[in-house]
Amino acid sequence: MLTVENLEVVYNDVVLVLRGISLEVGDGQIVALLGANGAGKTTTLRSITGLLDVHEGDITKGEITFKGDEITEALPSKIVEMGISQVMEGRRIFAEMTVDDNLRAGAYVNSNRAGYKASYDRVMGLFPRLKERRSATAGYLSGGEQQMLAIGRALMQDPKLMILDEPSLGLAPLLVQEVRDIIVQINEQGTAVLLIEQNANMALSIAHHGYIMETGKMVMDGDPQKLLKDDDVKEFYLGLHASGEKKSFRDVKHYKRRKRWLS
Amino acid sequence: MTPDLLVVIAQEASTPSKFAQMVVDGVNLGGIYALLAVGFVIIFRATQVLNFAHGALAALGAFLVASFATVLDIPGRWIPNAPAWVSWTGAVFLALIAAALIGMALERVFLRPMVGEELFAVAIVTLGMDIVVRNITNDWIGPQPRPLGDPFGISVFDLGWVRIPYTVVTQTVVALLAVALIAYFFRSRMGVAMRATAFDQEAARAQGISVGRVFSTSWAIGAVLAALAGIFISLFPRRSTGVDPTTAFFAFRAFPAIIIGGLDSVVGALVGGLIVGFAEAGASSYLVGENWEFLGTGFAGIVPYLLMMVVLIIRPYGLFGTEEIRRV
Repeated sequence: MLTVENLEVVYNDVVLVLRGISLEVGDGQIVALLGANGAGKTTTLRSITGLLDVHEGDITKGEITFKGDEITEALPSKIVEMGISQVMEGRRIFAEMTVDDNLRAGAYVNSNRAGYKASYDRVMGLFPRLKERRSATAGYLSGGEQQMLAIGRALMQDPKLMILDEPSLGLAPLLVQEVRDIIVQINEQGTAVLLIEQNANMALSIAHHGYIMETGKMVMDGDPQKLLKDDDVKEFYLGLHASGEKKSFRDVKHYKRRKRWLS
Repeated sequence: MTPDLLVVIAQEASTPSKFAQMVVDGVNLGGIYALLAVGFVIIFRATQVLNFAHGALAALGAFLVASFATVLDIPGRWIPNAPAWVSWTGAVFLALIAAALIGMALERVFLRPMVGEELFAVAIVTLGMDIVVRNITNDWIGPQPRPLGDPFGISVFDLGWVRIPYTVVTQTVVALLAVALIAYFFRSRMGVAMRATAFDQEAARAQGISVGRVFSTSWAIGAVLAALAGIFISLFPRRSTGVDPTTAFFAFRAFPAIIIGGLDSVVGALVGGLIVGFAEAGASSYLVGENWEFLGTGFAGIVPYLLMMVVLIIRPYGLFGTEEIRRV
């Protein structure tokens, strides 16, 4: 469905952020994209959705295709119309508008009466909380409700592929579970999902395929269960160590150890 | 300018009541301020930019009417036997269409490259646009005021105790219609997209909203509203001589109205416009004479700014402005 090939992105003409990454999201899949801060996850999202320009970013190499059509450097409105929606990092809801108006703004490309109604009902079915707070000002919702609204707003575009950028950011563990369940539900309704996360446990537990990025490169990919069992993933993303081993302070300072990825 | 039975030329009528005349003046000024303010508001609400070129666009709109109606005789030359008001209304319509196109062109050339830049920088660009548009317009106008060639002239409805100029009636209807239409517009698909774009441009683009279309729509509407205000500024009873090089500065007198109303509210623009219009009209008819000599002349021009300061102290976001969202 979505294919990214050898993507290279440069910010401000000098900062090389993506050094030729490739990834693929198949029909009806949930794909997890993991990586630490600064690995280039959000840049990947921006390249796919056409939002690099305001950040002075340029795609210098590579190609992005969606359902066979090339969308490298297409306009964001075009990309949304083709069926790729995103939930931006940090929710970015329209805080001064009501919940309903946020959803209407989300439905800009999906504005015919029938399509709007169907999407609206779908969102209200997924998020009963939003239904209760329909006419509340979005900025006064709780963090969890705001994340629901951000996801709902993207769903209003009736996407074929939804990209979520750190939906678990700043949420309590129970809410993280709730968000995870909702992503599974959305996927079961037929929408493919690309899940960009730092919360490896959450992302890999629902993904069909996982990618791990580091400093602009894909360092590992494969079956999520296999990734979860990988020693490096365990140490760097899950904070686990092989049990029973004696640990010295030198081992704890893992940032000093060179990371070796075997894939 | 043939007066019919109801109409008597202003000078010949009996003495009207001072208060009623003040109300008429307040409605006249208030309506113009409200039109100017709504024009500011729509551009501000879509782009978060304070449009300093608004006054220049107002003068340009009035100039377009003046040249269409009196110099070029468009569309009068194509409909030779039409009554004066028909060809004049036609000229106004064409001028408004031209104003919309000019607004869109200005946005496309000067402001589109600034998408994503600091808002402050964009506001400065509009300041430059003001200088350019104002000087070109003033050059076209020339040193003499240009009458707009309207068929109303100085005709009034004379009710004895009050004289209501035809223009004030027309202008009140137009201003109320414009405010109502814009208020309704903000509930439409494009209106919601505008508010979203104003709040967070990047997030709006991420929803598939075409920010470019939002911007050019708001500038087209803003320029039309500015032109309408400019036309009424250049008619009796404000300036019956027509549009002249000082017309562009009139718009800045609407700033207190915008700020009192709250910058991003259409209702606020109307209420703010009327408050300022009435305050100014009231001050110029009552705060004069021997008892008020210490205020000096031209005090009425200061009253709006005094009101603005009082409102800002009590409600920093204006009477109808959106309060900043703050979660604790």
